[in-house]
Amino acid sequence: MSDQPAVHSPYLEAAQQREADFLGMYIFLATEIMLFGGFLAAVYVVRVLHPQEASETAQQLNLWLGSFNTAVLLTSSLSMALAVQLSREAKRRAVVIRLCLTMALGLAFLTIKGVEYYQEYREGLMPFSGGLNPLSKPGEQLFFNFYLVGTSLHALHLMIGIALVSVLAWRVARSETPLPRRAVTVELVGLYWHLIDVVWVFIYPIFYLAR
Amino acid sequence: MTAHTRIFVLVWIALMVLLGLTLTASFLPLGAFKPVANIGIGFAKAVLIFWFFMHLREVSGLVRLAAVAGVLSIVLMIALISSDYLTRL
Repeated sequence: MSDQPAVHSPYLEAAQQREADFLGMYIFLATEIMLFGGFLAAVYVVRVLHPQEASETAQQLNLWLGSFNTAVLLTSSLSMALAVQLSREAKRRAVVIRLCLTMALGLAFLTIKGVEYYQEYREGLMPFSGGLNPLSKPGEQLFFNFYLVGTSLHALHLMIGIALVSVLAWRVARSETPLPRRAVTVELVGLYWHLIDVVWVFIYPIFYLAR
Repeated sequence: MTAHTRIFVLVWIALMVLLGLTLTASFLPLGAFKPVANIGIGFAKAVLIFWFFMHLREVSGLVRLAAVAGVLSIVLMIALISSDYLTRL
């Protein structure tokens, strides 16, 4: 089996096909950027209209868990980037290990996020958590609900990312995604993973650091 | 450690330093400059991730254009939103 990727119609050469693969993925990622960007623009307006309330609510969030989670996600991106590089070098076993590490860090992120949500539920910050909600002003509740929707939308994307990486690790391990011939598959899953990381890089200062 | 691995590890270290900086900045009395500093550092992290981890340094101009199109649209939208909300008296 050749190391060169199979060139499909309408492409004439592998480089052209690879560029089209990347272009398609980046256009899809642009739609994701628009989705999260539009949402974060709305949060920006809430922060401009209710600076005091946003700041008070941000102080209720767990800054340390949020910061630690940022480090976890950035590290998962390093692991993914290494997996991509190794897939080009056809080091199958090393790729599978890096992909599993990426997945484990993604799961660690979700677990920590779950702990945070549970804490917020216990403190009565969540909608429907009963008891006396410490967020009494409308601006505070609005900011917290934006935080909840933003982080859960991000978590949903991360779950999709974990599912993609797990399927990829399985296929690479069984040589169903032969390397380096199909390294582009690892590259494109990597792009998705890194974008989820970039989204968090903005969610983190906009919510947690709005103190 | 290959050259690629070294670059990725250096980028990761830079990202961690930026995370430390942004966390420190959030405790300083910077006033209105604080969100600017935090979002600015966010953009610096995003540039590092896009350029190195997401291969923008090795793809063609067309792909780079597609990558910045979404970001540019959002930046324009936020600029237009600001021209309304930030100028209300």
